[in-house]
Amino acid sequence: MSRVTVDNLWMEYGDQVVLERVNLDIPSGEFCALVGPSGCGKTTFLRLLLSMEAPTRGTIRVDGEKLSPEPGPDRGVVFQRYSAYPHLTVEENVILGLEFARAPLFGKLWGSAKRQAQDEVASVINAVGLDHAKAKYPAELSGGMQQRLSIAQALVRKPRILLMDEPFGALDPGTKAQMHDLVRELWRAEKMTVFMVTHDIKEGFGLGTRVLAFDKVRVDPDEPQAYGATITLNLPLEDKAERAQVVQL
Amino acid sequence: MGRRIINRRPGKGGALFWGALPFLAVLVLYVTFSALRLAENPNDKLLPAFSTIADTLHRLAFVPDSRSGQVLLWADTASSLTRLGLGLVVSTVIGLVLGIGTGLIPYVRAGLSPFIAVLSLIPPMAVLPILFIVFGLDELSKVVLIVIGIAPFLVRDMAMRVEAIPSELVIKAQTLGANTWQIVTRLVLPSVWPKLMDSLRLSLGPAWLFLISAEAIAAQDGLGYRIFLVRRYLAMDVILPYVAWITLLAFLMDWALRYANRRLCPWLERGAS
Repeated sequence: MSRVTVDNLWMEYGDQVVLERVNLDIPSGEFCALVGPSGCGKTTFLRLLLSMEAPTRGTIRVDGEKLSPEPGPDRGVVFQRYSAYPHLTVEENVILGLEFARAPLFGKLWGSAKRQAQDEVASVINAVGLDHAKAKYPAELSGGMQQRLSIAQALVRKPRILLMDEPFGALDPGTKAQMHDLVRELWRAEKMTVFMVTHDIKEGFGLGTRVLAFDKVRVDPDEPQAYGATITLNLPLEDKAERAQVVQL
Repeated sequence: MGRRIINRRPGKGGALFWGALPFLAVLVLYVTFSALRLAENPNDKLLPAFSTIADTLHRLAFVPDSRSGQVLLWADTASSLTRLGLGLVVSTVIGLVLGIGTGLIPYVRAGLSPFIAVLSLIPPMAVLPILFIVFGLDELSKVVLIVIGIAPFLVRDMAMRVEAIPSELVIKAQTLGANTWQIVTRLVLPSVWPKLMDSLRLSLGPAWLFLISAEAIAAQDGLGYRIFLVRRYLAMDVILPYVAWITLLAFLMDWALRYANRRLCPWLERGAS
């Protein structure tokens, strides 16, 4: 369970208001697509959900509890760039999450513990279709494969919430469609609450079960920074069958 | 139409030829002027003939010294490399610990960064007298000079490299449950390792400079000591092979660091980026 409630959230940098009056109540398992023009605080909102920054006003709660002030394994993330660790192979990248949990001293497993971890991640690596590329380094992979690796890496710790910042923005249309199928499948299996920032409105409606549009409702032409963006549209896609299957209303 | 000069490239053999040309030119110049000077004055010491250098080198490298009983070249090399090695190892450890500390941990950065910035501006040779006074004239002061000379650079360089790690990677590690120490061992160390090797290669020049300076001023042995000792006899037949030997040692160390980098960081050579 991971119901996300946002209560009167404001984010200001100095006198520049980025987000204002954001109120949300997202049921557990919802796949939220964050859409809107550039510079409208979508990514900022994601950074707040990830605790990369603290809001200037308001609170974010998960299942009624305040969000931890720093990133943790309860919230997984997939960035658009710099997704995987360049010095680790595909398999090492995916195992990393387990190693952090099981080897507190150096974060590295050896021997039978390592073999056991390798067996455990084999299914995840299979699920994202990278089993033939286990021994490759990220630089040897295509853009789509790198993003699949990043998703597999994020899923290993079984986060309750998955945050994605334009995860497929740099991919070609064919690869994008494959990635959509993959993400939809993983979301159904894990029943995570997902927040995905996207520029592609079609992608947002196709993949999401709820679309959140960010925009500025108030604009002062003399002082453009005086008002921030807020959520102008909060649209659950109730006619989607999969929404009823996954989302716990 | 011929191609622009920026687009003309030498082939494999051509590159070898052009690379060897300056060496050959220096060699030919030396032999010519040495022969001219020796024809005028057979006792000339400034540009000794290669045969004289070979004789001297044989004496230095294979015949024990009549006074100390040591074979000078090897004894000098051993003591110089010990000092240099100690200096480099200590500097590397300081560079890694303080560099990662200031680059990764805001409180350490706030506390140490201005201090290190000022420290790195002190000319090391200016504090050499202090080192001799505090640490005495033996090994310690020479090693400390090398450390003072290159550690501040390594610390600042490492700190910058750590700060240049994309924040996405650090955030991702936290979402995978890493604590600070695990972030250091699994992300920061492997990320800065290749840069450390590069910085060490760049530090080899200054390290040799400080070593030879310290040996020139106060030592009983060492490559720099020998060069400055025989300077008063104009013994170019000793100085020239010693300089060549130091150059060769520096080249080998540089090559070894580059090789270690390639072997220890296979991801650098795999894939496009």
